[in-house]
Amino acid sequence: MRSAALVENKSALVELVGVRYRVRDAKILRGVSLQVHPGERVALLGANGAGKTTLLRLINGLISSSEGSLVSPPVTQQAMLFQKPPLLRRNVLDNVAFALKRRGINPIEAEQVSLQTLNRCGLTGLSQRYARALSGGEQQKLALARAWVTRPTLLLADEATASLAPAAVHEVERLLLEICEQGSTLIFATHNRGQAKRLATRIVFMSEGRVIEDRATEDFFASPVSQEAIDYINVERV
Amino acid sequence: MTLLLAVSGTARAQTASITVASTTSTEQSGLFRHILPLFKRASGIDVKIVALGTGQALDVGRRGDADVVFVHDQAAEEKFVADGFGVRRIPVMYNDFVLIGPGDDPAKSAGKDIVAGFKAVYNAKSAFVSRGDKSGTHAAELRYWKQTALDPATEKASWYRETGSGMGPALNTAAAMNAYILADRGTWLSFKNRQNLKIVVEGDTKLFNQYGVMLVNPAKHAHVKRDAGQKFIDWLVSAEGQAAIAHYKIAGEQLFFPNATK
Amino acid sequence: MIADAFLQALALVSSFDPAVISIVWLSLKVSGAAALIGALIALPLAAWVVQTRSLLREPMIVLLNASLGLPPVIVGLVVYLLLSRTGPMGALGWLFTPAGMIFAQVILVTPIIAALARQVLEDAQQEYQDLFASLALSRWQSLQTLLFETRFSLLVLLLAGFGRAIAEVGAVMMVGGNIAGHTRVMTTAIALETSKGELALALALGLILVFIVVVINIAAHYARQVLRRRYA
Repeated sequence: MRSAALVENKSALVELVGVRYRVRDAKILRGVSLQVHPGERVALLGANGAGKTTLLRLINGLISSSEGSLVSPPVTQQAMLFQKPPLLRRNVLDNVAFALKRRGINPIEAEQVSLQTLNRCGLTGLSQRYARALSGGEQQKLALARAWVTRPTLLLADEATASLAPAAVHEVERLLLEICEQGSTLIFATHNRGQAKRLATRIVFMSEGRVIEDRATEDFFASPVSQEAIDYINVERV
Repeated sequence: MTLLLAVSGTARAQTASITVASTTSTEQSGLFRHILPLFKRASGIDVKIVALGTGQALDVGRRGDADVVFVHDQAAEEKFVADGFGVRRIPVMYNDFVLIGPGDDPAKSAGKDIVAGFKAVYNAKSAFVSRGDKSGTHAAELRYWKQTALDPATEKASWYRETGSGMGPALNTAAAMNAYILADRGTWLSFKNRQNLKIVVEGDTKLFNQYGVMLVNPAKHAHVKRDAGQKFIDWLVSAEGQAAIAHYKIAGEQLFFPNATK
Repeated sequence: MIADAFLQALALVSSFDPAVISIVWLSLKVSGAAALIGALIALPLAAWVVQTRSLLREPMIVLLNASLGLPPVIVGLVVYLLLSRTGPMGALGWLFTPAGMIFAQVILVTPIIAALARQVLEDAQQEYQDLFASLALSRWQSLQTLLFETRFSLLVLLLAGFGRAIAEVGAVMMVGGNIAGHTRVMTTAIALETSKGELALALALGLILVFIVVVINIAAHYARQVLRRRYA
């Protein structure tokens, strides 16, 4: 396994060394080492059960590992997107402003900033609507706005577009790229091979709790090395 | 908690009031609705009636949860006073019990003799509903059984049903089962759900049912409203109070007969 | 009989009989106060159960669920003994007063509200725990947010508590004593009229009780919708 540190002169934003994670007897992660540097967009690929979600949750601090070392930014500098966005039972604007208000930013300023962010996400007209009554695509864009408004150093996304219609998928992807252009680093898990090609600068391919390949996106798709990756790409193609 | 206090506060702020533990028969006959407004006009005192069986009413007095007890079971009342819970037992009035039974009187118990009536019911094994709740009426019923030298309660006779309920519910049960039942005349007269029932035995002097009133002993329970309670008792046995009792009628029939001996 | 009761119920309502009105009003006051106080006790309790890791958590859940089946008569008896002059709380003078009735009903409704609120809060926590963790909310902030997020459901629980309170007869009968004009509520009045053999009148009062409960539920249903619409 070779590390593909693209930006050699910067120190790593996320660094895992020999991380293991188990639930009772089931070994979910069997020793993962990984470095992610600022500005990278890393796609986690692999079959169900490969350990992608667990890896994201470990980095985000939602769970903690039993073995190995893990360095990641403080949780307040991270934001996480889920497949089904957990929206509050409030209107759209309050959902976005919530995180800011909780961090002690005064309500007026919080709402101004939130409105600007909603604007960028194409949700301006919906700011007073009840969040949970929105369409799936609008809900995920709202979750994105809520993440964006906190200006996260590290943005994590776990199958964020898996249940969206194609048009909504493209909008969310466009917004993810825009957030990254503003300085966020992105790590995302996906089953969508096209999405990995469109968004990622680098692919981390996982199987059964291990990192099998870790390479620049073009290299990975052009010449996968391991049998698992070859099988995975072929299955995706069918 | 503040709500609780607010509610209890309004309760306390009311005009002088006393709590009287009495029997369901007196309350349900409508007697109190008739005489209490008269007493209030004379004294300015509100009387709050808690209607229970005689046994329970005496127990409420024993615990000090009422100021006055007004019931009808002479033996139990005398024990209540002897035990120091009541100040003095004062007879106020009497009404009478009647034996109620099915319209066709299958046990042939009709007549003027209550003991003979009970025997007839026993021999015919006709359905009989007992209060079974240690009330004054229940105590009277057991007294009459004793005089027949028969004991269906201990025998657990299948036709003898103890309901463990007040006079009204017991009458409802008897009406539904078309059974015999001992009732006080007042409750019977004001009872509306009679179905097929009628009076089969009445007029026996043994059926007289004496009511007595007692002030709960302030020496036992310091919070007892001695003055207001005594006023109520004094009024009940006064000429005015006795006349008020005598004037209460249902369908032209007098229910309670004042006989206070001062 | 039933038709008769309907006519009598209409007559009672249209006559604005002050005795009936005071009975209805006392029922609403006592059960309303019990539901409110019950909620004030139950919500913090449920919130504590949801977030605690204390060893008392499981026993508390079992206790709450078990006390859902508390018979009102038993609660009435225990509160009667507590409030009796010779009992430990006798000095309050609450026996045979509305305050005592509220006290008994609080004991009846608190477990219902708490048990249901625990379920509601736990479901919401399942939904939001990742979000809260990734927003780095403190335990206290999470709890506050959970209570706020479930506010519409919790309103319904208040109604459930009120429903149990206003429908029960055992506890208010024992503790209140069914004193005319003082502690007589709808259910004890119904019990009294039944025992007097006034079955039609009892049923008429029952119809009024059902009608009030239905009206309150309809009102709450629409209040909830309006709140939601205005807010969202």
